Amino acid sequence: MTPPNLSLWLIPVLPLAGAAINGFFGKKASRTAVTTVALVFCGAAFAWALTVAFRFSSLTLPYQEYLAHWIRSGSFSADFAFYLDQLSLVMLLVVTGVGFLIHIYSVGYMWDDPSYYRFFCYLNLFMFFMLTLVLANNYLLMFIGWEGVGLASYLLIGFWFTKDSAASAGKKAFIVNRIGDFGFLIGLFLIIQHFGSLNFTEVFEKVRPFAPETGGAGLLTAIGILLMVGACGKSAQIPLYVWLPDAMEGPTPVSALIHAATMVTAGVYMVARSHVIFERSPIALTVVAIIGTLTALFAATIGIAQTDIKKVLAYSTVSQLGYMFLACGVGAFSAGIFHLMTHAFFKGLLFLAAGSVIHAVGGEQDMRQMGGLRSYIPWTFLTMLIATLAISGIPPLAGFWSKDEILWKAYQANWVYWLIGAITALITSFYMFRLLFMTFFGDYRGIQVDDHGKGHAAHGHSGHGHGEPHESPMVMLIPLMILAFLSLVGGLVGIHNGFEHFLDPVFGHEFPKSVTEGSGGTELLLMCISVLFAVAGAVLAYVLYVTKPYLPQRIADRLNGFYTAVLNKYYVDELYAKIFVKPLVEGSTEILWQGIDRKVIDDSVNNAADGARQVSDEVRHMQSGNLRSYAGWIAAGAAVVIAYMLWQGVGR
Amino acid sequence: MVPLSYYLVLSGILFACGVTGFLIKRNIITIFMSIELMLNGVNLSFVAFAAHWHELAGQIFVFFVMVVAAAEATVGLAIIISVYRTRETLNVDQVNLLKL
Repeated sequence: MTPPNLSLWLIPVLPLAGAAINGFFGKKASRTAVTTVALVFCGAAFAWALTVAFRFSSLTLPYQEYLAHWIRSGSFSADFAFYLDQLSLVMLLVVTGVGFLIHIYSVGYMWDDPSYYRFFCYLNLFMFFMLTLVLANNYLLMFIGWEGVGLASYLLIGFWFTKDSAASAGKKAFIVNRIGDFGFLIGLFLIIQHFGSLNFTEVFEKVRPFAPETGGAGLLTAIGILLMVGACGKSAQIPLYVWLPDAMEGPTPVSALIHAATMVTAGVYMVARSHVIFERSPIALTVVAIIGTLTALFAATIGIAQTDIKKVLAYSTVSQLGYMFLACGVGAFSAGIFHLMTHAFFKGLLFLAAGSVIHAVGGEQDMRQMGGLRSYIPWTFLTMLIATLAISGIPPLAGFWSKDEILWKAYQANWVYWLIGAITALITSFYMFRLLFMTFFGDYRGIQVDDHGKGHAAHGHSGHGHGEPHESPMVMLIPLMILAFLSLVGGLVGIHNGFEHFLDPVFGHEFPKSVTEGSGGTELLLMCISVLFAVAGAVLAYVLYVTKPYLPQRIADRLNGFYTAVLNKYYVDELYAKIFVKPLVEGSTEILWQGIDRKVIDDSVNNAADGARQVSDEVRHMQSGNLRSYAGWIAAGAAVVIAYMLWQGVGR
Repeated sequence: MVPLSYYLVLSGILFACGVTGFLIKRNIITIFMSIELMLNGVNLSFVAFAAHWHELAGQIFVFFVMVVAAAEATVGLAIIISVYRTRETLNVDQVNLLKL
């Protein structure tokens, strides 16, 4: 029986076609045409992914599909080939599904933008690269997608490139990602050197016989840590997280799609995909877990003091990604992927709802200028409430199941991870409800916006006046509702470890963890504690921002130094500027530019030219045009020749 | 029999006088005469060698040189007259333009 042909290649290529059509012809086309192209091609990819999902049970897994040669060099080969297993399927559905919803939402959000077609071209391009990333059957093709989403992210962060901050945020994202990619690439080189292949199946076949490197750091540890460096860049983990908050300069649908739901989870996907390597290196796993835990806590604390609605969500994303890495680090890859999926739902929803809020108040992003929006935009409020409950881990919403799964697995590995994770959950719940209360409760603090110049200039809602905050159009609300529904029920697949069992064929149980005694009771206890923490965070936020709104200022005054540090994001950007950027800029200016380029290279060329000119200046006097001086030179030359011959004694 | 070296020394002296005259004189006719002097200095060495080695070729060269010198003298003097007519000077330093 021949295996069924799924034509997986269609899934990434469809959005690419959409991007090409919109990119080449979109400028002249009408908005309706651009919308149709973008949505049809993206929707087709989603539909195709769905058909693949329906035929999934009849497949022999992992299903591999070979499309074309790419590199054949000696024994090394990398092809355009696709790989489908449970893990890729989950990613595939999340990316195409959430991506399609965000495409629909963008139609409403970006309608008035002059570069409407460009936005959808980039968005489709992003889909192409992201799908290449998740479907690749070797690390090299994955790397193409990896770099490609970085490119799309750069283009979309800097979408309003006339704004200086957006342009530099794009550059920052790109450069910080480069640092991570450097580690990723070296990891890949090590894999090629020792395993002679980048093909997932081949590499993992060759890695499997290795025993876990319990004794000390070895090859697999090195590869694992280098891959983690790459994941840190893409998934915004300490120390490379700094680009993600700045990336909020991009349009809000971009923040939702790329910087919350899909691209930033590529690092988690990559680590989970390489689980065979990581499982054999306890040190690399510990590194992953520690980075994840620290990032989760660190970013969450920054989130408390942010006033920009999108910045809060950005730090929240960083923090939630930390949870996913914590899960991977304790070997619970399926829990990490589970949280990745639910996070895609509720964080995508949060960003889209935030976009709807921003849309409602005419481009204002500062939460201090909002408040009381509940009555103006009830649907947005409702969906955002659901998302907030979900991310805070209130049962039975999506976030509860996945977060609890991670905390439980973390507890089994080490109770410290669990403690930090639970505290982070408390903080998460606090800052999310703070966001909700500041935005939707109390009185409206914003000014009645009526001139269209208000709000960010490129984002001109010039079509309608802004007398009062107003609800978004249906095209934006429907994706919100669908995502809200998914955030409500998305976690239910995790009941009785259903999701984990689905992913079992991928992650296997090569190294079963010893289950703690009396696990059932402990799990229930921990679950109660984390729910309690979540509720406590919400109540705290309610007290501070609804019933006693004067308190936060007083607390901030009391904790002056700490509050300023948090408000300024612990001065990490400043620290990096001082440690890395400034020496680099000054070294480049003083040594490379002024020293080597100007003093050595330029000067050697200039001096050679100057020397030639000075010598010529002297020599040209010989060619005076005066006949007698020529004769004199001839006579002198003859005299020299004769003198030489006499001295040598020629003819004697 | 006068030894060969005497002729050669005289030839050298004549040539050196020619060169010196050519270099330091400004009058075009004197320069012209210096050129003749150089030619004749060389002629002297030619005939001296011809006599010394009993070779006729040296004398043949001298005839050639004299013919060329005669031709040169006619052309040269014609140019000098022409120059004097147009510029009213025979100072070579003032005759430094081909075009008037």
